[in-house]
Amino acid sequence: MINFIWLVPLLPLIGFLLLSFGSRKFSEGVSSLIGCGSILGSFIITAVTFVSFLSGDHAAVKVDCFDWISAGVINISFSFLIDSLSLMMMMIITGIGFLIHLYSSSYMHGDEGFTRYFSYLNLFIVSMLLLVMGSNYVVMFAGWEGVGLCSYLLIGFWFKNDPYNDAAKKAFIMNRIGDLGFLMGLALIFKTFGTFDYAEIFAAAPNLINPSTESIVIIAITLLLFIGATGKSAQIPLYTWLPDAMAGPTPVSALIHAATMVTAGIYMIIRSNVLYTMAPTTLAVITGIGIATAIFAATIGLVQNDIKKVLAYSTVSQLGYMFFALGLGAYNTAFFHVMTHAFFKALMFLGAGSVIHAMSGEQDMRFMGGLRKKLPITFITFLIGTLAIAGIPPFAGFFSKDEILAAAYAQSPILWGLGLIGAMFTTFYMFRLVFLTFFGDFRGTSDQAHHLHESPWKMTVPLMILAALSTFGGFLGVPEVLGGSNWIKSFLGSVINYEHGHVAHHLDHATEYTLMAASVGVALVMIVIAWVMYGVKKQVPSRNEAEFSAPTKLLYNKYFIDELYDILFVKPLYFLSKLTHSIIENKIIDGIVNAIGWLVGFGGQALRVLQNGSVSFYLFLMVMGTTLLLTLVTYFIKN
Amino acid sequence: MIAALLILFPLVTGLICFALPGKRASRLALESSILTFLVSLYAFYAFINGQNELLEVSYPWIPSIGINFHVGIDGISLLLVFLTAFLTPLILLSSQSKAYSQSSNFNALVILMQAALIGVFTAKDAFVFYVFWELALIPIYFISLIWGGENRKPVTFKFFIYTTVGSLLMLASILILYSLTPTGSFEIAAFYALPLPPIYQYIIFTGFFLAFAIKMPIFPLHTWQPDTYVTAPTEGTMLLSGIMLKMGIYGVIRWILPLTPIPVVEWGWIIILLAVIGIVYASIIALKQPNFKRMVAYVSIAHVGLMAAGLFAGNEVALQGVVIQMLAHGINVVGMFYIVDLITRRTGTDVMDQLGGLRNQAPLLATFFLIILMANIALPLTNGFIGEYLLIIGLFQHDVWMAAVAALTIIFGAAYMLNGYQKIMLGAKKELYNHVTDVTTKELLVLVPITIMIIGMGVYPKFFLDISAGPVKEIVNALHQGYSMK
Repeated sequence: MINFIWLVPLLPLIGFLLLSFGSRKFSEGVSSLIGCGSILGSFIITAVTFVSFLSGDHAAVKVDCFDWISAGVINISFSFLIDSLSLMMMMIITGIGFLIHLYSSSYMHGDEGFTRYFSYLNLFIVSMLLLVMGSNYVVMFAGWEGVGLCSYLLIGFWFKNDPYNDAAKKAFIMNRIGDLGFLMGLALIFKTFGTFDYAEIFAAAPNLINPSTESIVIIAITLLLFIGATGKSAQIPLYTWLPDAMAGPTPVSALIHAATMVTAGIYMIIRSNVLYTMAPTTLAVITGIGIATAIFAATIGLVQNDIKKVLAYSTVSQLGYMFFALGLGAYNTAFFHVMTHAFFKALMFLGAGSVIHAMSGEQDMRFMGGLRKKLPITFITFLIGTLAIAGIPPFAGFFSKDEILAAAYAQSPILWGLGLIGAMFTTFYMFRLVFLTFFGDFRGTSDQAHHLHESPWKMTVPLMILAALSTFGGFLGVPEVLGGSNWIKSFLGSVINYEHGHVAHHLDHATEYTLMAASVGVALVMIVIAWVMYGVKKQVPSRNEAEFSAPTKLLYNKYFIDELYDILFVKPLYFLSKLTHSIIENKIIDGIVNAIGWLVGFGGQALRVLQNGSVSFYLFLMVMGTTLLLTLVTYFIKN
Repeated sequence: MIAALLILFPLVTGLICFALPGKRASRLALESSILTFLVSLYAFYAFINGQNELLEVSYPWIPSIGINFHVGIDGISLLLVFLTAFLTPLILLSSQSKAYSQSSNFNALVILMQAALIGVFTAKDAFVFYVFWELALIPIYFISLIWGGENRKPVTFKFFIYTTVGSLLMLASILILYSLTPTGSFEIAAFYALPLPPIYQYIIFTGFFLAFAIKMPIFPLHTWQPDTYVTAPTEGTMLLSGIMLKMGIYGVIRWILPLTPIPVVEWGWIIILLAVIGIVYASIIALKQPNFKRMVAYVSIAHVGLMAAGLFAGNEVALQGVVIQMLAHGINVVGMFYIVDLITRRTGTDVMDQLGGLRNQAPLLATFFLIILMANIALPLTNGFIGEYLLIIGLFQHDVWMAAVAALTIIFGAAYMLNGYQKIMLGAKKELYNHVTDVTTKELLVLVPITIMIIGMGVYPKFFLDISAGPVKEIVNALHQGYSMK
């Protein structure tokens, strides 16, 4: 099966091409059939390969497609690397991708851009697959930029709305800032190793650089690549595009801005774990940025009223968590959280989509309430997602989050404490969301109340499947202390070199139990507080910003970071642009040129008499003149 | 034979076009350009099969002073000949949907220009090179002067003076080289064989470099460019930006790198510095240009800056990047100017603030716009990526910090291009533009080939890279050997 692995990206590519060329003719049924069918095909091929891979020896297989770029010493093949890591990612991408395609076929019903939507979504799947399947950094970069393009197209999908277009543009530019770092990282990799191929680089790295001392080059490479990750995976300081990206259709937020694309940075670092392990300085930076983002974004999430905005900040925060784990050297744990997060966050975004669908487009939770009665499936599945993210056993998030916290504790109890604070906020804002949306009394218009309905099966079936995954997905990584064997860890063992890892967290069982009890206890307390505030007292956030307390105002306005960036970067750059054009370009440089040109102009005026407009005459003159000049000059030089 | 045919055939049809009435002239011009394109494809075939005798030809022209009509096609020439032959029919097609006055003259000039450009790219004799170099200037001069827009007289005059000054300096360098040849020959190969003392190298370098730098243009010799690009009719701008500026880059590859290795190595950093300043400078100006056409003109300065820097990086990766980027940039910039033209023709303006929401009326135009835009900002798997990527990697091997600054172009590019796209295409439907029609079949004839090249070259650039690999390697080796002999 592995020989046909190129079909996995090819099928959605064919789907994309069909949908693009047929965008004016296809009915919704045909479009969704092509869209969903192609992804389902990819998923089946991936799943079959995955199963046969499981029974084998987990050896990586490289599949060459063709020679892509060759110039001088550069030789880049367009080839795929199929190993446990890429297969897991492919399972997530095609599996969740299919569910979201299915969901979309109902959610986007009636949209005039229905076919266009599916073509973009298919192109996204192709790019994302390239990103994880590539066997070298350049193919990864191709996918990396490709998903950026699709993200741009899908955020600005409703292109008549200018704020949405601004959000799309912002996402692309912020990502490109990160990509500059990525590109420089690639250049430095090539300068150091003379190749872009993973296997060659990772094999050469330990020999090339003395492993006992930290190499500046490796620190630089890993930091530059990490800059790319902060863009794509929305970390401080490049995270501000992700909340705005909620302008896109909600299934897009679920797929691209929660489950897959934004985890590309984490995938990249796990893939490069050999290099990162050699650079403890970089890991320390990642730990810091990760935990800072996790807490910072969570605090903003505490006061947001737009249901998608809460989930967006939650995503930024959870991604911060994953980087936190990476920084601690717990690559497998970070991956575990990528997976469980993909399940429960996709679930919650789709759930939010179901709510928004039922509410006729309303996203403000202040106008919701009591929806559990009208949307029972959405409610129950959403609650499962919330329990998962809050880390309540036995839901998926419990195991992955617990592993992160344990890794943090092994490094330092302070880091563990910070991680716990982030988890605390997370539980609070998620249950605030649940209580505001699904409990209490309905606060919308009577018109909306009249239209409230559970979504059709194409939307609820994906919810139920994701809910099942959010419930049981954690069992893939049950830690030893709970009698498990941590399957994920051993499965990824061929990709992640645990031996060279500087983290050896062997906590004794008693400590692990205590940590678990503490985090579950904190989560339960936060649930109770949220219940008292929003369930019992039925508080509803004010609709008047003037009534906000100062800290709420600060959080509600996201610490005014967007405004800060505008003053620091955008405005000065625009000012510089105008200044450069009007003064330096027009006055100084062109002024000098014109002064010289004015002198030459005298000669030019005289010559113009000879130009009678006949080209052949002019040509004749020029050739004759040149010949004459040549003859004279050579005559004098020779003699 | 093929090389001579590729020059003489358009030269003759071009001259015939002058004499024909408008409609027949445009037909002949188009047919001639398509035939030339087919011949250029045959040149690929001959090249790949190693039929070198078909590709090179030499006749005595003015034997008394050692001038031969010697033209030939090597890998680098082949790509540029292909670029010229590929773009000329598209440029003609673009012009033919508009009603230009004196259209026979217009078509004739475009075809003559093609002959001259192919002459420049294939010349193996310095005199032939010079004649075609000058000959290429004449048609574009008249095209801009006769069919240009507002202010065309002073703008064209400035452009003419600027390039003529450059040409004279180049002529001086050629004559010095000629005087140094033992037997009095204009053969470029004879020039290569000369043992040039350093002082001569510096003088010759200066003459050539100024001519080429003006043509590209490199900062701060660029101020003729934005005005000329904006004033010239779109087809003129396409010829200038798509093909003519490559004369300057090609000149550096053919003359400066092999002939004057000492100044290339020792002064290279200054030129890289200027080129990189140009990238940032032009990008910053582009950010806030109200007119889309002028914005694209500044963007072109930025793109050329990267190629200019790559020329002096002194390694194969960067030089291959330059060669493939010449091809890609030619196609993409012509595509971009075509889009500008389609929009201006439909709406009567290219002021971005006045436009908006055109995607509502012209979705297909929006799609092509976006594809060409993405190629311009070097999205992977488009042709723009290959060149830019090789250039940045190659430049990085030479000078880390210059590469880092040059690479800012990927951020700036996204900013100004997406800004322009949004202002023109996206947003609510404007009633004012309800009459705007989507892309017509005739326009597809231009847009589809460009799109095919964008994707084709992006996915399988190896075909083109392999063709220029041999000569690029030779030139880089010659450069290093020449310098080490110092």
